[in-house]
Amino acid sequence: MGTAIETAGLTVRLGGFAALDDVSLTLADGAFVAVLGPNGAGKSTLLQVLLGLIKPSAGNVTVLGRAPGRTSGIGYVPQLKTLDRSFPAESCEVVLCGLKRRWPWRLSAAQHAIAVDALSKVGAAQLAHRAFSVLSGGELQRVYLARALARRPRLLLLDEPAAGIDVAGEADMYDVLEAYRRESGATVLMVTHDWGAAFHHATCALLLNRRLIAQGPPATALSDANLSETFGHTGHAHAMGRYGEDDSHA
Amino acid sequence: MHSALAEALGMPFVQRALCAGLCIGAATSYYGVFVVQRGLAFLGDGLAHSALGGVALALLLGQQPLWIAVPFTVLVALGITWVTERTRLGADTTIGVFFALSMALGIVFLSLKQGYAADAIAYLFGSILAVSRADLWAAGAVALITAAATPRWGAWAYASFDRESALADGLAVRRDDYLLSALIAVAVVVAAKVVGIVLLSSFLVIPAAAARLLARRFSTMTILSVSIGVLSVLAGLAASYMLNLPSGATIILTQTVLFALAWAMSAWRRA
Repeated sequence: MGTAIETAGLTVRLGGFAALDDVSLTLADGAFVAVLGPNGAGKSTLLQVLLGLIKPSAGNVTVLGRAPGRTSGIGYVPQLKTLDRSFPAESCEVVLCGLKRRWPWRLSAAQHAIAVDALSKVGAAQLAHRAFSVLSGGELQRVYLARALARRPRLLLLDEPAAGIDVAGEADMYDVLEAYRRESGATVLMVTHDWGAAFHHATCALLLNRRLIAQGPPATALSDANLSETFGHTGHAHAMGRYGEDDSHA
Repeated sequence: MHSALAEALGMPFVQRALCAGLCIGAATSYYGVFVVQRGLAFLGDGLAHSALGGVALALLLGQQPLWIAVPFTVLVALGITWVTERTRLGADTTIGVFFALSMALGIVFLSLKQGYAADAIAYLFGSILAVSRADLWAAGAVALITAAATPRWGAWAYASFDRESALADGLAVRRDDYLLSALIAVAVVVAAKVVGIVLLSSFLVIPAAAARLLARRFSTMTILSVSIGVLSVLAGLAASYMLNLPSGATIILTQTVLFALAWAMSAWRRA
């Protein structure tokens, strides 16, 4: 199995502050990776480095065998709360923009069919002509997921994709991600604050707090010692059901 | 009324005003959709006032105002983009700094060359019915340059919608920021002579804002904005001639009426 992402001594300094400090990791093709860490741990910075949006201050990074920003095989779902909801757009245009890499002036019948097909794969075909400004959080997340998957990425990067969506929407999203990963062999890397989701869905957990605390299968990486080192403590009692003994809360 | 308008259309100065107004109205309302969606409404005001610095410098050097004001304002626009990109300051703050700097320079230049203030004041309020042949050529050039830049529409729209994703997709977003601000600066300087610095920002804002109220798609917003920009010049100039009112102000009042109509239509559709 090949390597999807490799970093060696990755350091990013932003305004004199080390957002990432000497991070070295290797992520295999086809892995489902959950990146966990407290606020300000450098999780989104890591994504931006992988996308080629931030240049490392030191160290080497390889994404799908190439330097960041040099590969076209990436699908990206940004933090949805940062999007400009005032932009006049229909969902099918948002999806097609992901394929064309420019905003469509008009959609041909064939392009419209492609966009509707991508939306239907995430259970959102009915949103094709819905105005972007009126989509709910869950609908927006589906549209962006359809947009990212429409280009059949070899690497899917998601920045807190479950933030602000309900439990049912979150479960549907993980089903779609797992199905795509199984069918395509793609690597999925997701920044999340949800330890339970990381435990149940990821094949690999990365614990990050500016430096890499732990990397490995969730059952071992999400140990109390590692979580305590990453977050300072292991949360309240109701969060501890993540290990499976109390799945009704997970 | 029809014969009066037909008679007016036979006059060369009205023909020049109409052609220049249409070129400027179309170009500024095209750029306006990006200005409005990027939250840069203050940019038009800032660049228009910066143009005064360029005009004052030209008067001090004894040159044709456009030859100095165009590069001066383009430099200010590039400076605004450069400083905004490299600092944590918001674009409105950077525009405010350059706006004040250019106005201060303009006042200093004018004080060094006493007796030419009237020419600079003509730029403040504009004179669409005193459009020279050179002004008409300049307005035509702005329309042509804008038309030549339309292939960048898809990239500019994508970056206006989701800048981070556009950057991640390898689009030359930063280069396009400089290109767009420079093109807006050229349009603003040429429009300043015709519409006036004081009123100019409305050309960049009102047609696009009215279009935004009506459009569900960005392409429709672009078409509507240019249509409203052109229509308001036609109707505004006609009203100005018939009612003997200042032409620049009458065009902007027409834009405002169209904005109010768009607002009413969007409210009626939502109800």
